[in-house]
Amino acid sequence: MTSGSLLFKNRWVGKIKMYDIAIIGAGIIGTSAARELSRYQFKIALLEKENDVACGGTKANSGIVHAGYDALFGTKKSLYNVRGNQLYDQVCQELSIPFKRVGSLVVAKSEEDLLTLERLKENGIRAKVQSLKIIGKQEAFELVPNLNRQVIGALYAPTAAIIDPWEAAIAYAENAVTNGVNLMLNYEVSNISKINDVFQITSVQGHTLKSRWIINASGLYGDHVYRMVNSALSFNISPKKGEYYLLDKAAASITNRIVFGCPSKEGKGVLAAPTTHGNVLIGPTSSLVSQKSDTKTTSEGLMTLRDKAKSLLHHIPYEMNITNYAGLRAEPSTRDFIVEASEIPNFINAVGIKSPGLSSAPAIAEEIVGIIERLNGPLIVNPLFNPIRRPRLIFSALSDGEKELLIKKNPLYGKIICRCEMITEGEIVDAIHRPVGATTVNGVKRRVRPGSGRCQGGFCGPQVVSILSRELDIRREKVTLEGVESYILKGRTNSAHGGGNLDES
Amino acid sequence: MKVDLAIIGGGPAGLSAAITAKNNGVETILVIEREPSLGGILQQCIHNGFGLEYFKEELTGPEYAERFMRQLLASGIHFLTETMVYEITGEKVVKAVNKTQGLMLIHAKSIILAMGCREKPRGSIALPGSRPAGVMTAGTAQRYINIEGYHVGKKILILGSGDIGLIMARRLFLEGAEVIAVAEILPYSGGLARNIVQCLHDYDIPLLLSHTITDLSGKDRVEEVTLSQVDCDLRPIKGTERKYACDTLLLSVGLVPENELSKLAGVQIDLETGGPIVTADLETSVPGVFACGNVLHVHDIVDHVTLEAQQAGTSASRYLQGLFIRDSATMSFKASKKTQYSSSKDEMICILCPVGCSLSVKPVGDEITVTGNKCPKGREYAVSELTSPKRTLTSTVILQHADLSRLPVKTDKPLKKELVLEAMSIINQTIVSSPIKSGDIIISGILGTDVNIVSTRSIP
Repeated sequence: MTSGSLLFKNRWVGKIKMYDIAIIGAGIIGTSAARELSRYQFKIALLEKENDVACGGTKANSGIVHAGYDALFGTKKSLYNVRGNQLYDQVCQELSIPFKRVGSLVVAKSEEDLLTLERLKENGIRAKVQSLKIIGKQEAFELVPNLNRQVIGALYAPTAAIIDPWEAAIAYAENAVTNGVNLMLNYEVSNISKINDVFQITSVQGHTLKSRWIINASGLYGDHVYRMVNSALSFNISPKKGEYYLLDKAAASITNRIVFGCPSKEGKGVLAAPTTHGNVLIGPTSSLVSQKSDTKTTSEGLMTLRDKAKSLLHHIPYEMNITNYAGLRAEPSTRDFIVEASEIPNFINAVGIKSPGLSSAPAIAEEIVGIIERLNGPLIVNPLFNPIRRPRLIFSALSDGEKELLIKKNPLYGKIICRCEMITEGEIVDAIHRPVGATTVNGVKRRVRPGSGRCQGGFCGPQVVSILSRELDIRREKVTLEGVESYILKGRTNSAHGGGNLDES
Repeated sequence: MKVDLAIIGGGPAGLSAAITAKNNGVETILVIEREPSLGGILQQCIHNGFGLEYFKEELTGPEYAERFMRQLLASGIHFLTETMVYEITGEKVVKAVNKTQGLMLIHAKSIILAMGCREKPRGSIALPGSRPAGVMTAGTAQRYINIEGYHVGKKILILGSGDIGLIMARRLFLEGAEVIAVAEILPYSGGLARNIVQCLHDYDIPLLLSHTITDLSGKDRVEEVTLSQVDCDLRPIKGTERKYACDTLLLSVGLVPENELSKLAGVQIDLETGGPIVTADLETSVPGVFACGNVLHVHDIVDHVTLEAQQAGTSASRYLQGLFIRDSATMSFKASKKTQYSSSKDEMICILCPVGCSLSVKPVGDEITVTGNKCPKGREYAVSELTSPKRTLTSTVILQHADLSRLPVKTDKPLKKELVLEAMSIINQTIVSSPIKSGDIIISGILGTDVNIVSTRSIP
């Protein structure tokens, strides 16, 4: 770039659309960066290989905004975590993201553990984590009565918070789109070339666009995408699997705060935490796997998890388990986050964002804006930028009077589809028709939760399929669970050719 | 709105409770049902085997439901469909919503809880593997196939040999799917003996006892399931893994009473059964609130639900008439004993009723001797089973109707077993339009026999 002006207007180079910035990956990093960049006069494309946002690491993690004492002071992880934690209050308010500062405890069961807590606390104080303190047994049990009986003290971090990670990314994406960002789903980048300072980005699906800047926020695939422009790759990203239990809301009393095991030679240990929706999650395990698509849960992993979690809480009612899941963390060979202008001009890497990535996202987004400003010169503010996202109506949270009024206005709110979570048809239809609307059963589930409850979609699943079919105007057999080919139904029964042929519809 | 008695749920429990209460003189009764039709889960249970105890005849689910729905309509009991109760307060205010009337606050003097149960999901057994499409509970599949008219898969494995799992194995087979096996973690099946015979043996579907799933693969759709044998502590035995290619896994791993509303009303729940703690009169810990049916404990047979619901209806009417003395003792329901199942060539299980007598059958010359039968029907069954086995076939035909796309049907008398598949292909070519009454002949004399295919549901 030679001049400081990035023009904000539709430009077409031949038939290929031209952007100022292309962000590759619509997880929490890509979506938060898109929203922060939409404050300025850029033409932005947000590219995602899956059919929805938040489908990678953002989909399956602990849903925690860490306080920031854990990451080693001086690293990017430490810097962005502490800053991100501070930024989340305003972000969640503006974007209506469920967020609660419930506080966290790292529990100690030995003198050695207590020394570890001291080290963590010192590290946290250097990183300017507020209100950290080491508490004794009595205070720890007052905070979480169900702690493992052998706990003798804890590091208490009141600023640690829980957040809905999907809603965070969806909300960022929605707000970005509302502010002019072009979200392109099913756009799996297959090739990047650079001609005359302009990147040309081609997708597996056969589309091409041009952009002056690229932000590589492709998570696990960050090394793969960077290799497209720089064969002399300086880092690798490996998938590290974490498996989880998610317990019924009826188990909520087992902990109302985040409880971490004490890090030791055996590793960082696992955690137990409430979720913003009132469930409890237990996890994650930590094992390097060979495939970047391996999100299977395993008998061994779940057994290890149950074993490790014993050290946190006295009682964990696994009979109240409603689902298990596994997510992959993007483990960079550099060990620290990679957030920097790369060796290729105008190509910014924001990859290798493992834990505490969700915690750091708002700060990483801020840093990405900073990098562009430093290289490009002053940015022109987008005068139409609106930081506020329209909140979702949550029927079950309304008063009886409000419920009555709402149904009068829109009768779809009078039809409860999900009996476990009391989700109405109105909420589901809204989730489908918002910007960045749901197009799959799990997309609906991540936005408004039918199927997240204790029956896991047993009753509401067929109804959600039918609503998606109606609202998207597609046949029910074309409705998918999650991935592009994840069809739920296999044609109509009673085909004229007899019972043996399932393909006829 | 004020009523004497509000009944939450219009399935078999709610229907019977309402009719009994009305017969006992309760004036204003309101039955609240979340589905578009009364009848509850029976509407999707299109198979036969209902009513043998209560009506002394064999009915399908929709037929069983319709008998009570007719009585309910005849007695002028009010009901709301497509209406969801979202809260019951300790003061017996029932809060419900629907699309047309909006929010309703129903002040009831007495309440009968009849919400039924739900299926345990995948998480309840912490089933490992990936999470693609193609994993669903047997009941969800039943709804897709029998009510909505959609196939759920082509190559199917079923985990859990309870009755729903067995019934769905047959149903899927008849609809043209390949059912690889029914796997069961226990060393015996929890299903009725007659279902093992009619649903698995008839179609050579293997029952793999002492097996469970140790892995599941597939990104978008299920591709492969790994089964392992389990030891006597139900732990998988290493080295016994066997992979099965399939596109669908149905789960039939148990049912749990659905008591979210009961808890909101302050009703105490028995941790063992998952249902409310009740007195011998079926009164819960909240005076004037009664419970019956699967919301109380999971029943194997709907006839028992009906009888229990009649008791709840009687109790509520006595409560409303001031004749009720609260019983201080509570009772608990123990899980019923499961049938141990074994099979050999000269042994046979009578499938004519849920008792499922084990018959010992020996041909002696031209005669056949039968022992083990508790009633004369057992002998008749064994002889006909050996000479010319017959089955009642149930399925659906295409229905041209605004809201419903399939009509449940059955053979009006048992059909020769070897004609079942051929009959299915005729049924699958049949299209009907409403109005239709239950019992109407849809196909007369199928395949040249004297067996008719008749409707089992009335569609106005």
